[in-house]
Parts: sequence; C-alpha cells; structure tokens
Amino acid sequence: MTINQSGWKPTSPEANEASVPATFTGNRALMLEEKLIFEIGDSETTGVDFAEGDVAGSRLGDLSRKDPIGLPGLSEPETVRHYTRLSRQNYAIDLGLFPLGSCTMKHNPRLNEKMARLPGFSDVHPLAPVDTVQGALEVIHQLAHWLVTLTGMTSVAMSPKAGAHGELCGILAIKAALEKRGEGHRKVILVPESAHGTNPATAAFAGFSVEDIPATADGRVDTDALKARLGPDVAGVMITNPNTCGLFERDLKDISDAVHAAGGYVYCDGANFNAIVGRVRPGDLGVDAMHINLHKTFSTPHGGGGPGSGPVVFSEALTPFAPLPFVEKTGEGFRLVEEENADDHHADSFGRMVAFHGQMGMFTRALTYILSHGADGLRQVAEDAVLNANYVLRSLENTLDAPFAKSGPCMHEAIFSDEGLAEGFSTIDVAKALIDEGFHPMTMYFPLVVHGAMLVEPTETESKAALDQFIGALASVAERAKAGDPSLKTAPHFAPRARLDETLAARKPVLVWKDKAA
Amino acid sequence: MERMRYLPLTSSDRAEMLSVIGAGSVDDLFVDVPESARLSGPIEGLPNHASELAVERHMTALARKNMVAGDVPFFLGCGAYRHHVPASVDHLIQRGEFLTAYTPYQPEIAQGTLQMLFEFQTQVARLLGTDVANASMYDGSTACWEAIGMARRITKKSKAILSSGLHPHYVSVAKTMAKYTGDTLETGTPVLTAETDIDQMIAAIDADTSCVVVQYPDILGRIADLTPLAEACHAKKALLIAVVTEPVALGAVRSPGEMDADIVVGEGQSLGVGLQFGGPYVGLMGCKDKYIRQMPGRFCGETVDADGKRGFVLTLSTREQHIRREKATSNICTNSGLCALAFSIHMTLLGEAGLRRMAGINHANACRAADRLAKVPGVKLVNDVFFNEFTLDLGREARPVVRTLAERGVLAGVSLGRLYPGEDALANGLVVAVTETVTAEDIETLAKALEEVLA
Amino acid sequence: MSRYFTEDHEWIDVDGDVGTVGISDYAQGALGDIVFVDVPEEGRELSKGDEAAVVESVKAASDVYAPVSGTVVEGNAQLADEPALVNSDPEGEGWFFKITLSDASELDALMDEAAYAAFVAKL
Repeated sequence: MTINQSGWKPTSPEANEASVPATFTGNRALMLEEKLIFEIGDSETTGVDFAEGDVAGSRLGDLSRKDPIGLPGLSEPETVRHYTRLSRQNYAIDLGLFPLGSCTMKHNPRLNEKMARLPGFSDVHPLAPVDTVQGALEVIHQLAHWLVTLTGMTSVAMSPKAGAHGELCGILAIKAALEKRGEGHRKVILVPESAHGTNPATAAFAGFSVEDIPATADGRVDTDALKARLGPDVAGVMITNPNTCGLFERDLKDISDAVHAAGGYVYCDGANFNAIVGRVRPGDLGVDAMHINLHKTFSTPHGGGGPGSGPVVFSEALTPFAPLPFVEKTGEGFRLVEEENADDHHADSFGRMVAFHGQMGMFTRALTYILSHGADGLRQVAEDAVLNANYVLRSLENTLDAPFAKSGPCMHEAIFSDEGLAEGFSTIDVAKALIDEGFHPMTMYFPLVVHGAMLVEPTETESKAALDQFIGALASVAERAKAGDPSLKTAPHFAPRARLDETLAARKPVLVWKDKAA
Repeated sequence: MERMRYLPLTSSDRAEMLSVIGAGSVDDLFVDVPESARLSGPIEGLPNHASELAVERHMTALARKNMVAGDVPFFLGCGAYRHHVPASVDHLIQRGEFLTAYTPYQPEIAQGTLQMLFEFQTQVARLLGTDVANASMYDGSTACWEAIGMARRITKKSKAILSSGLHPHYVSVAKTMAKYTGDTLETGTPVLTAETDIDQMIAAIDADTSCVVVQYPDILGRIADLTPLAEACHAKKALLIAVVTEPVALGAVRSPGEMDADIVVGEGQSLGVGLQFGGPYVGLMGCKDKYIRQMPGRFCGETVDADGKRGFVLTLSTREQHIRREKATSNICTNSGLCALAFSIHMTLLGEAGLRRMAGINHANACRAADRLAKVPGVKLVNDVFFNEFTLDLGREARPVVRTLAERGVLAGVSLGRLYPGEDALANGLVVAVTETVTAEDIETLAKALEEVLA
Repeated sequence: MSRYFTEDHEWIDVDGDVGTVGISDYAQGALGDIVFVDVPEEGRELSKGDEAAVVESVKAASDVYAPVSGTVVEGNAQLADEPALVNSDPEGEGWFFKITLSDASELDALMDEAAYAAFVAKL
C-alpha cells in the first residue's frame, strides 16, 4: 500500500482545560455563538415583503407543490444579525496578514467592488442582443488585451471559471492540437512532483496518463530527467513557474525548446504569475498555454472559496484551438463569436466550456485593478511581493529549517519545513499556535516535496511593520515548538473553536441539518 | 515610483529590507530569471497608475454603453433570470470577513463560512428534494457535466441521453467534455410543441444508458412529471439527472428529488446573485445519500471541537484533487463560495412563505403576460403549461424582431435563433421570461411594441 | 495457517487456497484514524500488485495492492460501518478481503513475520 508521505495527520480532540467561567449564553463578550437558521427560523417568517395581489390561477399542470419544502425564514433584522455574527467567526485579509502560500491573499481594493456593481455591468443579461451590451464586450476585450500584453502571448480564452477550469482549457487545447496533427497517440503528460494537485487531476480527466518528474535538491524541476523522458508518446509538460517551492524555474526556456523539439507542448500553471507580472512574460519562455487566476494576481476577492476566474493565454500554435465564445473587435464595435458565427478561423476550436461568457463580475474587477496599478504599479507589485517574501525568508532562516534557502533568492513565497521541531511536534502545531497570535496560518504540508512544508506568501500589500510582527510571532512559536511546549498541541486556545474532530466528520458524515427532535 | 495607494512599503522600508536580505537591489532578487526573459521596458501601451477617480470615469463610461435590464421592460431568461435581490444580501456579502476570507481550510477561524455552507447545503438539498447537496459548483452548465461524469462512475456505463429540452449551452459543454472522456451523448433539437420529449427519452433508454439528463422547466419553459422517466431509468439501471436553471420554480412545483431523480443540478443565479452578464454564478448539486462518495466538489460536515462544542469542517475531501490527484472525482478546486452565500442569505430572507409567495407572483405574472401576448395578431403560445417562462411562435423570424424591439427600448426575450443558429424550424420561437420584477405596464408595452413590429 | 507480508504493508493469511488480506499494524499507525475503506467486490479478478482496495484517513487516500493473484471471494462488509476496526484490530477483525490464490508460488516472494518486523525497523 502507499503510505501518507506528507506527514499530515488529522487533528484530534484533546480536552482543553476550562480556565474561565462558563457564561449563561455560551457567548464570550464579542465572541457570539450563533445557532443554525433551522433552529431559529420558521416556515412562516419572512424578510421579504411582496406587493399584495392575486396569485391564483395555475398553468402548472398537475405539478403544483403540495408538501412543505422545509425552508426556515428570518426577518431582515434577524437575518442581518445571523450573518453578521457568523462573519465574525472568520479570519480574513481585512483583519490581518494571511500568508497562505500559493493562494495570494492580498488586499482586495474596494473600488473593484464598486465598479463591478455598476448596473451597466451587474444588471445585464448574457443573452441580451449584442448591440445593447457593447460596453460589457469592450470590458472583456480590454482585459483580454492586457492579459495578452502582460504575458507576451497571442490570444486568451476568457471563459474558464477558475484556475483548475483554466488548466482544463489549456490541456484540452493541447489535446485538440495533437489530434489535428494526427498525433492523438501522445498520451503522457509530465508533471513535476511539486505540482498543485489540480495538474494531475486535470491531465487525467482529459485522458492523459501522468508521469512525475523529480525535483532536484535545490527545489527545481530536474531538467535532465525531464529531457530524458521526452519522446513520441509525450504530449507535453505542466510546469508551475514560479514553482510551488517559491523558486523561479531558470531552465524553463530550455525545457520549452526541448519539449517543442520533441513534438510536445508546454502548459504553465500561472497560479504564481503575481511574482513576475510586469517583469517577465511567459511568452518569452516558450510557454504554449497558461491560466491566470484573476483572484490571485489581479486581486478579485476569494470570497471564502470562490468564485474564481481563470482566463487562459495561448501561444500562436494553440490559438486556433481556443474555446468559444470570445469577443472580437469589428469596425463598428465588438462582436461575440459563438457557435453560430464561428467562421473558418475558429473551425478548430475545441468547443464550449461554460454557458455564457465567463466570470464578467471578475473581469470588471481585474480590469479596474490593472488600470489602477498601471505599468509602474504592476511591476512594483511583483517587486514588493518578492521583496516581502525574501525578507521573511532571511529573517527566519536561522529559526526554522529553510530547505531551499541556499538555492538563491525566493520569489513571492518562502518555504520552511518541520525539521528541527521537538519530537512529536509538527507543522500543524505551529500553524494552530499562529492562530492564537492573530494570524492566519501559512499553507501546511504543501508542496509534498518538503516534509511538513510551511509555505509563506506575504504578498505586496503588507507593510514592513506587519511583516515584522508576523516574523516575531512565527519565530516565537517556532522556538516553542522546538522546545516541545505542550500547550502548542492544544492550540488554538483563543479561537471561536478549539481543534475540530475531522475524523468524526468523515466517519459519520452529517452533511445536512436534520431535526433531532423529529 | 511615487507612493501608490495599494502598496504600503516606503523607499526606506525597501532599502532596509534589502540590507537584511543581503541584496544590493531588487533586481538581485530576480537573478534566476534569464537575462533574455527579463522585461526591461514599460508594458506596451499601459499608462502608469491612476487615481480612483480616473479609473471610475473609465469604467463608468464603459458601463453606460450597456442597456441596463432594470431600466427597460425586460423579459429575458433561458438560464439567467432577473429577480429582485433584497438590499441586505449585498450588504452582508460585502462584509470583509466573508468577502476577503479564503477556503475554510483552518476551521477554527472559518466557522462563519463553514456554518453558512452547512446551511446552504441543507437549503439546497431541501429545495432540490435530494438527501444531500454539496457546497456548490462553478455554475449550472459545469454542474450538469459533472453529474454526467458522476453517473458514469456510478453505473460504469457511458451512454448519456440528453433531453432536447436541455439548455443548448449545457449540451455544448457536455459535448466538449465528452470528446475527451469517451462518453457517448445522444442529443436532439427541441420541437415547438407543448409536449416535452419525455416519451421519446423513455423509449431510448437501454441497457447501456448511464443516465438521462432532463431540464425542468425546460429550455422552452415546459414542465412535465418526471416520475415515469425516473422509473424507466431505474428499470434499466440508469440514473435520472434533473437540471433546474430556475430554482424559484421549485417554490411552486414539485421538486425533481420528490419525483425520484438521482442527481439534481441547478443554476442558483436566480437567488441573490444577479445577472452579471453571465457570471459568476453558482452551481447547485444534490444527490441521493448512496452516491455521495462519487460527488465532485466540496462538502461541509458537522462535527465537534476538543471542548465538545458543535462545529463544522470541510469533509470527505479524499475525493478531491488535492489528495487524490489524478484519481480525484473531478479537478474542481473551488466552489462559488460568495455566490453560495448570496443565495443562502436570499433564501433565508425569503423563507418557505416568501419563496412560495415569490414563485406565485412569478407564475401569475407569466400567466398574465402569456394571455396578453397570445392576443397579439400572428402570435401563438407554444406551451400552456409553464412556470415563469414560455415560448411564443411569432409566425416570422424572431431574432430581427428582438433586435428591433431592443432599439425601441424593450428587451423582449431570447430568440431561439440565437440559441439554435441554423435550425429553421425554431427560428420563429421567442422565449419570454416573466418574473416578479415585471409590471403590468411592462407587459402592455411589450405587447404593443410587438403588435407594431409584427404588423 | 501462515502469515506473509509485502513491502507495501499488506499482510495475507493463507488457509488452504484462500488468503485473507489486510494492512499491517505499522501501516494503520502511519495512516492515523481510518475513516473509510473501499473493499473489492466478490468475484473480482486481481493480479498481484493490482489496486485492490482503498483506505482513507482524513487527509490521505491510500491504495491497497493485491499481495497475490486470484479471485476475491469476500470483502469485509463490517468495515463500511466500522472503519475504525482497521485501527483497533488491523491484523484481525480489520481484514479487508479474502481471495482464492491462483498461484501459491507468489507467496515465496513475500516476507514472513520476522522479516517484516526487521523491514519495518529499518524504515
């Protein structure tokens, strides 16, 4: 059998000592407990008034709903209070530093929110006649232009809904290009060990088999191993650059040339484009396709887990295979190229990936971000992101094991390991203690190539003072973990909840609320 | 550069930090980038940073070029519906603790998002009539495709029958994906009749069928009892997948789950999310208990913490890509969290009584509109059983009529010519959606304008 | 009856031409709390080294390989309700499946209890 290599074990509940008195309500001052809507609402209460009027008359056939649905309602004040209370149990960028490596939790400018809510963008139907939505198409076209320009590529598919969806878009274009060439027999996609889990999942979904490429001791792709594996069965490679160890893949151009010479394509996972935007164009590195997470590099909000947006830029070689729909400039304005008007230029398109045209609400935000930052600001974004990460790395490399500290500067994120912590202590204990210090933990146990990995991405929107406080907190926690401080094992102590029993949740899944009294 | 509003580091900070790092300049930090790949000059054509005011002017000018749905009589549907969203919804989703949080991977400090997702899953499951629901998908079209893949894994068969009443974009997405996964899809084009194609689908099910995918209400707005279809599927060990693009309908009609559908997916945009020119939206996905291990996407589950307090965590994550990698049920790595929150808040505000009332108004308005528009000379009502959307046969090509009406400031509906280019038999069809946002005056304006244009 | 081990931490007890397969105590310790086990169906043909079962902890899903070739005669249905048996009694009640051996000579390549203990000690 395969053995869990990451070192990540589920959290287990160990009773915390009750050191403070209980309250009648269970609340602790500003820390307010909140029941489920199913426990506080009922089927008669509503927070929405409708106009009086007759709703009789039915053309529902014999399908009228007879049984209750079981949906509780709350009045508006109760609703506002319920969700406000819930919100206060969340950590967020607005509260503090959120150094989640590979996730790019930077400040979300509020102008972006305001612009996305202009009725001209938010209250427009995707199937409205194109003459009535020229401004919306122009937004897509302008953003597409800047994405192509910033990456040095030929074209961009705007419709993918998220990063992983963008990966799928890129891989399907590669598949379509190979089939067009009569080389559908190329079935192998090479993926470095340090890749995001989505890479192999995506390649497998598209019918490719995935082969791992090892990393070198300095944290980069083993270029020699990769080149040795190239051949007539290899469809392409998926490489993240900067990679998930926070390092720039210096040999990417060389790798691209070799892959192209062997008849394959290069997919770049652009999750970390924020480190190089304005300084490096992936097109100059021989990349054929790359997704751009607008929610990372261009700071559309993460929203507690989406929605994302993952446009994919293409090289000239893959451009003919890009998915529909897309926006084209014509003499008079902009047109939407869909199935119906896809002319000869688009005959090789691999098809449609979503209903409608992609994440318009994210496009307006990302365009606002690009225009706000401008050429000088975008470049500064990359520089400050890299500067902040190197500052964290060098400030902590003597406190925590930093496996690639000698590999040169890092890019936008710094990686540490659990090497040197006391016996029985792991990354999760450091992470949970950071919660008590008022920080969101770093990414834990990823990438898999580093045991007990701690991946720290501070981003460019943190001040030096904020970084210094974080560095001090992490150093303090690390020293406690090295000394075997048992209080770390029961951290967090000051969060809305202590460690949660993930084993119980998975063994006996309770995924919907059921009235236990019933 | 001069100071910029989003970047807090000062020049002296940068100098001090470089000295801690031991680098002479920031360029030294990019030393691993080959010289040939370094972009030294400015970004072509992009001006330098701009003030809020300047950017707002630019974006507002673009926004003004669009016809705003709320400014005109508006009757578009076909997978995206305009409903009134209470003011508190947008206020609450803009709380920074929701807006600027990440996926709840550290549950001790993400109970807000997690409890909301647990409530969302329960609301969705009850609405769809399924045992469970996940924490949302990208949108309805991708959820629909994921359901087909799920049926393949469960039945170990790969022939899917797609109703001709399924949204053509959803069909296109499924066709794109099927090319690469080896699924066989049987598809068709709708016919402008009052009857759905349920009988034809029942006849088409055979031992190789993995699933039947049926939209409810369908693309023309028709509704039909799915019970016989579910029975026919189960007799051949196939699954019934129902697709709901207008969840408000389920406030008025029986849910697909009640009619024994195995997997129900939907587009949740109608509640809380808004039109937004097509995205972001929120995919709904529920199924019977026995299939949860084959579900894609995230689940939130109930548990307890070390002190015995109830809490919530993401669970069953071994199905997902970050653990299973190439063996995952899907490559999906996100949900549509903030849209799911908007959906859930809107649903909480409505409650059972509000949703039923809203659905009743939608249906009543649609009945009124259908009666009035059927009186326009040359216009025929195709389906007289519907929820809030129905199809008209205009007796002439509908697409130019829609354009002409748009020039007159009326957004009349979606022409089937737009959705089914090249299908002459559908060219005269106009799908009209009528929600609670439509007034009697709007209906009269549309009817009059249609009379003039068709005359 | 004799017990054999693989380098992938499966064990097999052989009684006549039927073997009972599970994962070792070392393996369950390395995985942590087991939350789900997917055992093979009766009648499934397996070759030595095939992925035969899946065992999941909260953060990991691990494949269990067939230590020998043969036909599955029974999967341990009890694990569906009580996956924790793999933790509490991995080399007894927590067995995964029973298989008829198609080639008993495949056992020769496996380790006995002492050899496995020495193998684990070196990990």
